[in-house]
Amino acid sequence: MQIHKYDTVIVGAGGAGMRAAIESTKRSRTAVLTKLYPTRSHTGAAQGGMAAALANVEEDNWEWHTFDTIKGGDYLVDQDAAEILAKEAIDSVLDLEKMGLPFNRTPEGRIDQRRFGGHSRNHGEAPVRRSCYASDRTGHMILQTLYQNCVKEGVEFFNEFYVLDLLLQEDPETGLKKSAGVVAYELATGEIHVFQAKAIIFASGGTGKFFKVTSNAHTLTGDGQAAAWRRGLPLEDMEFFQFHPTGIWRMGILLTEGARGEGGILRNKDGERFMEKYAPVMKDLASRDVVSRSIYTEIREGRGCGPEGDHVYLDLTHLPPEQLDAKLPDITEFARTYLGIEPYTDPIPIQPTAHYAMGGIPTNVEGEVLADNTTVVPGLYAAGEVACVSVHGANRLGTNSLLDINVFGRRSGIAAAEYSAKNDFVELPENPAQMVVDQVERLRNSTGTERVATIRLELQECMDANVMVFRTEQTIKTAVDKIAELRKRYLNVSIQDKGKRFNTDLLEAIELGNLLDLAEVMATSALARKESRGGHYREDYPNRDDVNFMRHTMAYREVADDGTESIRLDYKPVVQTRYQPMERKY
Amino acid sequence: MATPTMDKVGTDPSASPASPYITVTFRIRRFNPEVSDEAQWQDFQIEIDPKERVLDALHKIKWDVDGTLTFRRSCAHGICGSDAMRINGKNRLACKTLIKDINPEKPITVEAIKGLTVLKDLVVDMDPFFQAYRDVMPFLITKGNEPTRERLQSAEDRERFDDTTKCILCAACTSSCPVFWNDGQYFGPAAIVNAHRFIFDSRDEGGEQRLEILNDRDGVWRCRTTFNCTDACPRGIEVTKAIQEVKRALITRRF
Repeated sequence: MQIHKYDTVIVGAGGAGMRAAIESTKRSRTAVLTKLYPTRSHTGAAQGGMAAALANVEEDNWEWHTFDTIKGGDYLVDQDAAEILAKEAIDSVLDLEKMGLPFNRTPEGRIDQRRFGGHSRNHGEAPVRRSCYASDRTGHMILQTLYQNCVKEGVEFFNEFYVLDLLLQEDPETGLKKSAGVVAYELATGEIHVFQAKAIIFASGGTGKFFKVTSNAHTLTGDGQAAAWRRGLPLEDMEFFQFHPTGIWRMGILLTEGARGEGGILRNKDGERFMEKYAPVMKDLASRDVVSRSIYTEIREGRGCGPEGDHVYLDLTHLPPEQLDAKLPDITEFARTYLGIEPYTDPIPIQPTAHYAMGGIPTNVEGEVLADNTTVVPGLYAAGEVACVSVHGANRLGTNSLLDINVFGRRSGIAAAEYSAKNDFVELPENPAQMVVDQVERLRNSTGTERVATIRLELQECMDANVMVFRTEQTIKTAVDKIAELRKRYLNVSIQDKGKRFNTDLLEAIELGNLLDLAEVMATSALARKESRGGHYREDYPNRDDVNFMRHTMAYREVADDGTESIRLDYKPVVQTRYQPMERKY
Repeated sequence: MATPTMDKVGTDPSASPASPYITVTFRIRRFNPEVSDEAQWQDFQIEIDPKERVLDALHKIKWDVDGTLTFRRSCAHGICGSDAMRINGKNRLACKTLIKDINPEKPITVEAIKGLTVLKDLVVDMDPFFQAYRDVMPFLITKGNEPTRERLQSAEDRERFDDTTKCILCAACTSSCPVFWNDGQYFGPAAIVNAHRFIFDSRDEGGEQRLEILNDRDGVWRCRTTFNCTDACPRGIEVTKAIQEVKRALITRRF
């Protein structure tokens, strides 16, 4: 076991982690730990753009953006955070441009902007061009630009280091938790490393791989959320998961909302532009939760396409090929590669795909992690999809996640480095790596009969069937029971690769454990929320219930004296500043 | 406006019945120094829908047959650049290669990309590759005060380097280059592509420095214009053309 000491340790090297690293490396001795290589992170898969009210192509302002974000999140958004997001968006985009990001340009040479779902002029009057974009690979360009600037700043990366545990020290008198470090497993050698740090930032991304049809990478297994959860930190609003309307049918590969921003239209088997029925003003550019539900309503009512009627079409055939080539080259290529379809002439079969976790590790607007509704864990930060600030509430608007990682990545990077400048190391616990050593050895030595791939597939199929776009008490209970069964079977899982070198068999087993824990939190949180709001739609409670549920869910892991685990749910008030909840119409 | 209706269904792949699974042999180059110093070929026969990706086949083998099979992957749709490998003798991304497109009647060979040290099975040491990338100063270099708003750039100037911004650093090009196979000191196509991305960016003022780096004996002049890199690029970047443009800029000092 090796022990390393850094002022600041960042876990994850996607957009949030690298944006934080650029700030913290200037101010403190920083290490970035990533289970991949930085440029492999899933920020690179984001396509359509990053929202900011630059007003480069039409009138716009950050107050409208704030409102859209709050409305998009079905009023579960913390309004102070949304205001920061929208206000700092402008500098965030300009910062990226100055770092070299090759945005598309207007005829005047300014950053070009396009329409995106839920972004409107003057509080819902009409769609507005707010998404700053680089073709349909904006995420790729953000990831590359941030990595390039990390190279420039000399950021120190530990590639293929899996962080498996968070080390906290509890003050014996006050019971308050402080962060002391993290424990990582080095993929190349199987060696275990302890990183002691004054400040730690989790920026490890989402958890979409507990669904089968998902736009998420194989590696998005909620490792950061799970590490925090097992150390007794709460998870906020985990029932809110976004299903992006346009995933490639059956595969889930993302086709950007920018396709509809450029004029693409959703059609059912009769060729009908069905979104006109559900969202008369914003039509195909309504918020994602609304569009995904509309698609499934069409499918359920027998207007889906194909012999099984299980998808609808994204129609780009009326757009000039030059426009598709210039603005949507990657997604049209995906249709050609994976479906053998020519988008110039044929509509693309799509279905909603599990896309984004609105919930996560609760933080305040400085990125500081919360141990309960108000108490900060000194030295611990989180940013990006792993975190819940909450700027996305019950449903995130498209282009607000690339924004989130930049605004809150930057904020947490600065805050963490300033914290580490003023504070000392917290002493490591005795045998700091013990939990990880035990976990790894148990899996390596297990002779159990269960297989990782089998349990994972059963989990994914269960989640798709029961806690996707439409949910009921019965389906969620089915999921809760199934997850409990799978968690039990997981204890009997074994792996075939017993080696130390690049043991991805072992890490897939560990990742599955994370997914199972988080799926249970999600389903349990969803069961208790007896209302419909944003991405959480309960057929048995189809209306939003502001009296009982205008509040964030806070889930806690409880361990009884006999070792039995359970989940306790508590709630946290939503921060409201100037916007009163209204009925949500697009 | 043409409205697609049921008459389009004939061309919709979702309309055809699910294609039957076929038996495909994957011949994979295995190497694990914890077990043996020798690499060897191993055959796996699996049942799979030929419309699936090679990556799906590798997962099927790893998940159902042999958990020790080791490879890198993440996004599974050609964006993250993790799974470049040599498939039937050609560098490709496993997640962007459909089985039906590479003649599944015969055994499909899969091996690690060449020119970088194999560490286990399909996993190679990427450090020299990323070092060459870092060596070309792959970041915007500007002088003077920063503007308060964005720097202006015309759509034409932006288009000038569009092709090379697509690079995902998968190493398919560099590890297909015969010069790189013989001389690991050569920067290789990917690093030059990323230098090109900045040299031809109208906002950048570090072009001279980068050109000097690439004028080195291990720089662009080693390129023999074999076009392997262009053929290998899963993003469709005209890599050889980009290298030629850098060479021309070195001669004319105009870019």
